Amino acid sequence: MNYVADVGALARKDVLLELRSRDTLPAMLLFVLSSFVVFHFVLPSGTDRLAAQGLLWVAIVFTALLALARAFAAEREQALLDGLVLATRDPSAIWLGKALSVLVFLGLAEVVALPVFAVFFGRVEGRTIAAVALADLGIAAVGTLLAGMAVASRARELLLPLLFLPLVIPLVIGGVGASVAGHPASYLGLLALYDAIFGLVAWASFAYVVTE
Amino acid sequence: MVHARSIEKRYAERRVLRGVSFDVPEHGFLLVTGPNGSGKSTLLRLCAGLAVPTRGSLALDVERAQIGFVAHDPLVYRELTALENLDLYGRLYRVPERRERIGMLLERFDLWEARHLRADAYSRGMLQRLALCRALLHEPRLLVLDEPHSGLDEEGAGLLDRQLAELRGAATFVVSTHDPARVLPLATTHLALA
Repeated sequence: MNYVADVGALARKDVLLELRSRDTLPAMLLFVLSSFVVFHFVLPSGTDRLAAQGLLWVAIVFTALLALARAFAAEREQALLDGLVLATRDPSAIWLGKALSVLVFLGLAEVVALPVFAVFFGRVEGRTIAAVALADLGIAAVGTLLAGMAVASRARELLLPLLFLPLVIPLVIGGVGASVAGHPASYLGLLALYDAIFGLVAWASFAYVVTE
Repeated sequence: MVHARSIEKRYAERRVLRGVSFDVPEHGFLLVTGPNGSGKSTLLRLCAGLAVPTRGSLALDVERAQIGFVAHDPLVYRELTALENLDLYGRLYRVPERRERIGMLLERFDLWEARHLRADAYSRGMLQRLALCRALLHEPRLLVLDEPHSGLDEEGAGLLDRQLAELRGAATFVVSTHDPARVLPLATTHLALA
């Protein structure tokens, strides 16, 4: 229970920081909505559903990258990780709290973005929403670990996308597959398996990322 | 409480510490002095368990959560108020009777009136006092203080001196300072880094 309380306190803190600074969520919304507008005019009229679904997933991945690039901004700029590492019994609580806040920001951005996507490119089906929800879990889990690793690096602006984009290729494959395939269950299963495996790996390895 | 044997610390090719040995018994007070770049902050990070030596051994007879650490940065969120910062740390440290303890520390360090102000509105001295509140919040067994008088005016520094004297028998201290005269009467061991 104490671990859950630590995670809750850390996630609540991140949401409060975002409410105060409004750095991340407005940027995510602006980016994802601008992307849809650009895609709408770039795609030729009569473009099939498959291409539009692919662009949805491109927009989601790059929008997530914006959230992840800011995930540890306060801790990096104010050297706060030392304080959190000393205060938490288990440093993985820092990862889980941060991943939850990233998940909240992603979810909020998508609550706005998916209806706009539907306006431009046609109806968003339930299976696409399920795939986005499952992909968000994987993105938050893997991305938060990588964002934590990037904090310690001088080339953090390069390191995060270089590590993150190859690692989320399975999520894009699973997401597009679940959105367009005749039988989406196997793709949704792939997304769930990715979440379970990478979530566990990230949870177990975060302590080594933030401590020597 | 802290036992160091021939510790060396390197960052890539740069050697920051070499051949440092000392013992700090329970309730002891290690004063660390030395010029800029002599490795004082690195040594204190080692003593706080935030880094490990490249060579040699460093044993801490204390859990990480029982360490209070004051660094060059105050380790508080600038966008949160003093109260919110201390409440966060109090929850993580699982401080019993958290609100009362926070209130007592804020009063003691003369920050009670500014408790609802965001930390980014604080002066350097107020931030340092808030950092001291954070470090003392969970009544740590080991206090690692890196230049604790930094940024404090004479009144604040005097307040800190009184707190250190009061806590002297209740905790173990590792303190680095440019102004050793302030804490020399409290020290049981003096380590001068070259």
